[in-house]
Amino acid sequence: MARHLVVRALIGVGVMWGVVTLVFLLLRAAPGDPARLLLGPAATQTQIDEQRHQLGLDRPVAAQYGAWISRVVRGDLGTSIATGRPVRTMLAEAWPATALLVTLSLLLSYVLGILLALVQANVSGSRTDTSLSVASVTLYAMPSYWLAVVLVLVFAYWLRVFPAFGATGLDAEFLTPVGRVADRVRHLALPLLTLTLIGMGGIARYVRGALVDLQGSQFLVVARAKGLSKESVLLRHALPNALIPVLILLGLSLPALFSGAVFVEAIFAWPGVGRLLVAAVQARDYPVVLAATTISAGLVVLGSLVADGLVVLADPRLRDTAHG
Amino acid sequence: MGERALLRDGRARFGVACLVVLALIAVLAPWITGGDPALQRDVVATRFLPPWSTDVNGVFHLFGTDRLGRDVWTRLAFGARVSLGVGLLGVSLSVLIGVLVGGVAGASQGVVSKGLLAVTDFALALPRVVLLLLLATLWAPGVILVVVVLGVTGWMPVARLVYGEVRKLMALPFVESAVALGASRRRVLTRHVLPNALTPVIAAAALGVGNAITLEAGLSFLGVGVQPPAPSWGGMIASGRDALINAPWVAIAPGVALVLVVVACTLVGDALQDSRQ
Repeated sequence: MARHLVVRALIGVGVMWGVVTLVFLLLRAAPGDPARLLLGPAATQTQIDEQRHQLGLDRPVAAQYGAWISRVVRGDLGTSIATGRPVRTMLAEAWPATALLVTLSLLLSYVLGILLALVQANVSGSRTDTSLSVASVTLYAMPSYWLAVVLVLVFAYWLRVFPAFGATGLDAEFLTPVGRVADRVRHLALPLLTLTLIGMGGIARYVRGALVDLQGSQFLVVARAKGLSKESVLLRHALPNALIPVLILLGLSLPALFSGAVFVEAIFAWPGVGRLLVAAVQARDYPVVLAATTISAGLVVLGSLVADGLVVLADPRLRDTAHG
Repeated sequence: MGERALLRDGRARFGVACLVVLALIAVLAPWITGGDPALQRDVVATRFLPPWSTDVNGVFHLFGTDRLGRDVWTRLAFGARVSLGVGLLGVSLSVLIGVLVGGVAGASQGVVSKGLLAVTDFALALPRVVLLLLLATLWAPGVILVVVVLGVTGWMPVARLVYGEVRKLMALPFVESAVALGASRRRVLTRHVLPNALTPVIAAAALGVGNAITLEAGLSFLGVGVQPPAPSWGGMIASGRDALINAPWVAIAPGVALVLVVVACTLVGDALQDSRQ
């Protein structure tokens, strides 16, 4: 199993390298001269040539590629054009906020989604099942940027229970420690709710499908014939088997969640990587966009690795083949 | 596959009905609306009119007006052209690439097959939203770019699917007999194997359309997709966000339309997938 994971990790490194290369090539192929962009429309040709030389843009593409790769490997992601600060510092500051939001919503949407699917499987075919299916497909279909806007309208403007944006209130510094935590939680509520509702819809659909597919399987018939209750068959026998594909989904949903977080963070001014990325796109701040792209590719690779590991852990049959 | 079973499936009927109505609205937009989605009259007198109201010029506004006094219903109908068009074209492109890659990988052996699968796996690892944002930043944003990028970043599930189907079908007796009759590999693939792999591809495409439309609107929402004053649902949501308290209908109408399209596509895709079992 360890060997299997090592091979997967090596493939992951290869994929990362591929993504970084692709990003580099896209940047070269894109119209527009970064030097000209940096200096503005009033720059003379001499100034532009000088800037090109400083940026290393007058060197052969292969040499530029080598220099860039070696910088990225050393963790030097360049300097932001818009703020003049090191991209690495900016990302390090933004990272915890995104991690908090994404981890919590992942956890909540899995727990709630699986619960919803269990309720549906328990009464499958009934009117309750159908209405819950309608609800989950509707949630799943909602674009995060729209659901976020609707939630702001309802909870921030009409009901006035949660703040519409930001991670902390303006008065956060003057609050007691307990008050400060409560303030953070209130600010987290709407971004978290947006991501959780959408994720929950998708997971409920998926798990319900897996549970329904298992209905009529021989091992479930046997379990039922032994005299086990319906609930016990569902929880002890059907659910663990239905969860194996869900584990794969867990790893694969990490990047999807990050994508969702891009929009949600931008809307709620949540100080994470997603908002950084959107702001960078709007300001044409290439180094930041590139760094965020590379990191999200890393997340994809990490996600599929985690999914791989989890599945091998959960499914004894795979453990054997992974050995051999 | 069972077309009858599909017609009896309530999900498929509802989904298809929704899509047909929306497609009709998109096609007939110039005749069933005010005609010009960018038309502004007296901005101060006609801005933010609520739904179901008549302005000073006697023009009726079904879904109200936005901050520039433009009719929301008209913009919604013309925006449907952009959304449905971009979604359909983008997915067509990804189906084309996916069938080609998956078909060739499934029908060939050794290096070609392995190489194509490796490329597919690599492309699957690309973060789609981020790539879309990156490309839209580097190149001038526009409809064609969005279509191409949606196509280029969306073909992998189709390729995987087609590969699996082709591999499965190639082992069946009817393909063997076609080979025995002397049919070339290309003929076997295009005339015998691929037509049988069509249903799952259509199902995946239906799901893909919903996804593509959401992404397109998302790009427009962030201002790097379809450029104003051209009407697009994503752009409408973005502009409606600023007026959420005074005029929630500006943002709510295009969002409901988006949810409807995606639900319809998902239901049709689900029903197609189930009809094979």
